[in-house]
Amino acid sequence: MIVDAILSPEFLNNTLRATTPILFAALASAIASKSGVVNMALEGIMLFAALFGVIFSAAFQSAWLGLLATMVVGGFIGLFLAFAVLKLKTDEILAAIAINLIANGATILILLFVSGDRGISSSINSLTIPMVSLPVIENIPFIGTVLSNQNILTYISLIMVVVVHIFLYKTPLGLQIRAVGENKDAAESVGISPDRIRYISLILSGVLASMGGFFLSGGYMTRFTTGMSAGRGFIALAASAMGGNTPIGSFLVSLLFGAAQAISNILQLGTLPHELVQMLPYLTTLIGLGIYSYSRMKKRQRLMGR
Amino acid sequence: MNSNTKYNILRTVLSISIALLISFGIIFLTSKEPVKAIVQLLTGPLQSQRRFGNVIEAMIPLIFTGTGVSIMFAANEINLAGEGAFHLGGLVATYFALNTALPAGLSPLATILVAGLFGMIVTAIPAILKIKTESDVLVSSLMMNYLILYFSNYVLSNILRDPKAGAVVSFAVPSVTQFSPIISGTRIHVGLFIAIAVAILGYIFMYKTKIGYELRITGENRDFARYSGINVVKITLISQLLGGFIFGIGGGVELLGMYNRFTWTSLLGYGWDAIIITTLAKKNPIYVPFAAFFLAYLRTGASIMSRSTDVVTEIVIITQGIIILLVVAEQFLSKYRHKLVAKEAKAELMEREGE
Amino acid sequence: MGDKVLQMKNIMKIYPNGVVAVEDVSFELEKGEIHALLGENGAGKSTLMKVLFGIESPEQGDIILNGNKVSIKSPLEAIKMGIGMVHQHFMLVPSLTVAENIVLGVEPKKSNLFIDEEKAFKLSKEIAETYNFDIDVTEKVETLPVGLKQKVEILKALYRGADILILDEPTAVLTPQETEELFVQLKKLKEKGHTIIFISHKLDEIKEICDRATIMRNGKSMGTYHVKDISTAEMSRLMVGRDVVLTFDKKPSELRETVLRVRNLTVTGTTGIKRVDDMSFDVKAGEIFGIAGVEGNGQGHLVEVLTGLSNKYTGEITVFDKEVKEYSIRELRDFGMSHIPEDRMTFGCAKNMNIMDNMFTNQYHKPEYSGKVLLKNKKIESRAKELIKEYLVKCKSYKQNVGMLSGGNIQKVVVAREFSTNPKIIIANQPTRGIDVGAAEFIRRRIIDFRDAGCAVILISADLNEVLELSDRLAVIYKGKFTGVFKDVKNLEEVKLGEYMLGIKRDDNLEGLLYEQ
Repeated sequence: MIVDAILSPEFLNNTLRATTPILFAALASAIASKSGVVNMALEGIMLFAALFGVIFSAAFQSAWLGLLATMVVGGFIGLFLAFAVLKLKTDEILAAIAINLIANGATILILLFVSGDRGISSSINSLTIPMVSLPVIENIPFIGTVLSNQNILTYISLIMVVVVHIFLYKTPLGLQIRAVGENKDAAESVGISPDRIRYISLILSGVLASMGGFFLSGGYMTRFTTGMSAGRGFIALAASAMGGNTPIGSFLVSLLFGAAQAISNILQLGTLPHELVQMLPYLTTLIGLGIYSYSRMKKRQRLMGR
Repeated sequence: MNSNTKYNILRTVLSISIALLISFGIIFLTSKEPVKAIVQLLTGPLQSQRRFGNVIEAMIPLIFTGTGVSIMFAANEINLAGEGAFHLGGLVATYFALNTALPAGLSPLATILVAGLFGMIVTAIPAILKIKTESDVLVSSLMMNYLILYFSNYVLSNILRDPKAGAVVSFAVPSVTQFSPIISGTRIHVGLFIAIAVAILGYIFMYKTKIGYELRITGENRDFARYSGINVVKITLISQLLGGFIFGIGGGVELLGMYNRFTWTSLLGYGWDAIIITTLAKKNPIYVPFAAFFLAYLRTGASIMSRSTDVVTEIVIITQGIIILLVVAEQFLSKYRHKLVAKEAKAELMEREGE
Repeated sequence: MGDKVLQMKNIMKIYPNGVVAVEDVSFELEKGEIHALLGENGAGKSTLMKVLFGIESPEQGDIILNGNKVSIKSPLEAIKMGIGMVHQHFMLVPSLTVAENIVLGVEPKKSNLFIDEEKAFKLSKEIAETYNFDIDVTEKVETLPVGLKQKVEILKALYRGADILILDEPTAVLTPQETEELFVQLKKLKEKGHTIIFISHKLDEIKEICDRATIMRNGKSMGTYHVKDISTAEMSRLMVGRDVVLTFDKKPSELRETVLRVRNLTVTGTTGIKRVDDMSFDVKAGEIFGIAGVEGNGQGHLVEVLTGLSNKYTGEITVFDKEVKEYSIRELRDFGMSHIPEDRMTFGCAKNMNIMDNMFTNQYHKPEYSGKVLLKNKKIESRAKELIKEYLVKCKSYKQNVGMLSGGNIQKVVVAREFSTNPKIIIANQPTRGIDVGAAEFIRRRIIDFRDAGCAVILISADLNEVLELSDRLAVIYKGKFTGVFKDVKNLEEVKLGEYMLGIKRDDNLEGLLYEQ
């Protein structure tokens, strides 16, 4: 029964859904990494975005305006990280840990302040981005079931893969981001300010991650709960690293992790203990990271001659 | 005192002050009774013996985790699996206490040692994965924490759960294994001595032993350590094992001292607390108890504040984040530092020319 | 000529570690000249130019460009003011094409959004043709030889409209032919009205191509001279503060047993190139075996395998009849090997640890300094104080962090550590690079003392003066092979040595001089 479920188009549909937040964050990580900064604050940014998404969409009574406002917040957190790392010269990992900590505390504080709720935003009348069915495609057997009837943000995340690819490889700014990440001094020697480029990259990274965070409470679920990013930001870090920090590579690895999440979602309904099934996405990431790193190490050793 | 030490102390004090001021600002913005809240936050822990006892109780696990992470980070390895090691330490202590019948005295000791060994496994996995596959320790250690959490939840609800209790909690740990309070009117337990001993031993390890010396060199400059003939892989692994061991013991001590049942169904965040402590203590275990006291005091104050006013305890987590940001920010006050250094250099030049 | 395009007045720069790199230096540039900035490593030339290019901000001083006082806060501002710099270490992005590197930061666009790749190629090609640079702009930079990479660097500056071009030791990495080509091109640039600052410490090159020279020593200016009016001897005297010919009175070497034996040693680099190519030699106790050569001809790879840092080699290396590959670095050091590394900041010290901690990393495990578990901190402390005195390390106390010391003093700490174990074989790679003359002389004297006491020394250096004066036997390395070996080092001419270093001359049948069959 479970095997059937995994091979079904519904499962693939679920996979895409579960991939969406990871994919946004992985793209966010890819841009930051290309510019030479590890953005481990993705986790905190997503958590903030999940909360602000709920608040803003309720305030504006428009999911789209809510998304837009959340993206602005995401950009600001990216800017803050950039300021700490580039201006104050804080270690990028410790700065991110600080942001993640602040996110943990502040989301609880803000939720309480705004709604009086603790833990879950049940009294906030927030909106979600709708699902749509794709006119012609939905009629194609199998593929229709997989692709159609998804949240619009899921489609946007897929489009973002292409957009980020074009951005990084076909635009002047993308070229400069790659140049700064690969050889900061070279970029600096021609008058590109590495700091400026990294500010931009981290702001964009924050915006993308916030879209993933928004999806968590305004698409995947319909409410904000504390700690709901649940390590997806960290999984996304692994996804982009294993995807060579390219948008396409990040997408493929995110899909793998999304599938693990989807399997976990399905199996929880079965007879297996749900706690063990919940381990699956993290276990997949851990093992996947190990295999990827091992093969990369071997490849490098081969290049070294023996 | 040279300009460097002076500068470091000044910077730490200023960082903490600024972080506190920001939190006060937030309290003023969100609270209806901000002054009362702030007074409670700052003086609450001093108002009764029991409350001050709470500070010391809260300090105990922080000393363990702060020392553990100081040793792990000394190898310049950002292994964050301490969180999981602490959690598993608590779980294993419960399981071991429930399933063995050792005499009083020996029982708690054996229990925390076993907890330590399991903690060691948790931090060792990312470290070994790095040695064998060059995987990034940061990501793999974070994944470990989630794996441990769900594994513990599984063990709790399927093996250890007391069906008679209302909530999802384990059977009660036999009282021979529990740490009893040492000061009446508080719950301060023997774990305090163990914690302080661990911090002191941690200091001796880092600064007085051969391995500690090797560890510090490895962390500061891996290439230099290897060139000098130090086995950097071995040393790094030892530091990760030792750190995990201390985290595991910490989890065990916390469970035996402060809980009588295993109730942890989500991560407690001690791994993250450890980072602020090691940041304040500059990776030196001897300063860890002081940093732990500071944080515990703040925590206890916040908890008192939240009980008597409308401000929630999470304000402290925000304060913690800001302190980390400022303390590790190299450029924070760097202009002042540069002036100090330039002044010294100029003075030296004058001296030389005067000769 | 005659217009002052640039004046730098009373520039002072102190680095965050307290090192005074430039002390009250003034400098003038006339339009259309090639102006040499001459000085030893560490004299402050590069720092002065970094101030001009906006990389470092000075503590005091003015910059006057075309008659206007300016403040240059970033390279971008410098570029906008028509200043271009070609750095010693190339500032190129390896995975990008030549054209992408040239247009980086000022990319031509299409529909205002995307890079116009074709136009980028066209523009790069045009600028290359204007200045007669023969280069394929569509190639990726990582595949280019060094000489071409440098051309890309110059083109980058010209593309951005540089009137003043700073070249930081441009010939250090070039072959003689490439150097000649560069000089032809520099003369053409001069004809087109560009002003060039040529940073170097090679006197003959300055004689050949420069109009004027400003000489720096120890962070101070020793004056500006017309090159045609000043002799090379005078220039070098100003540069090092005395007549340069080093003379060390040393006893003739007393050769003893063979300590190091190398046979058919080959080391293959990452790209499959043989960095050390079938090398064989012996080194005996009581001799200094010098290895001269232009940097990057395999010296680094040779040292790595000799010292156990890498065991990726074929052939055999034995120290005291033990195959190096089979022992750890710790064991090799305990046999009596010491190693002064080329890059002291990477391999030679931990800059955030204090002097004492840095002095015992190779010997703390010996019974004098530790028991089974604990260190004997008191012993270590008193020995550290002794070593600081003995090696004349200028510092506040043994607790000062090594990173706060000057280059020469850091090197003394390294040397004190390496020599205090009573080594039987010393492998010294560029032991005096970038440090002051006093410290250098002190270290050289020590090396001779050790050789007299029966230690085997391998001295690798790009400083000809050093290898010529110290070596008892001198081999020249070129592309991983020895091109010449000399026993009568004292009477060897620099010019002759240069020919071997550049691979122009190559002696056959060196075996007899390198090892005994």
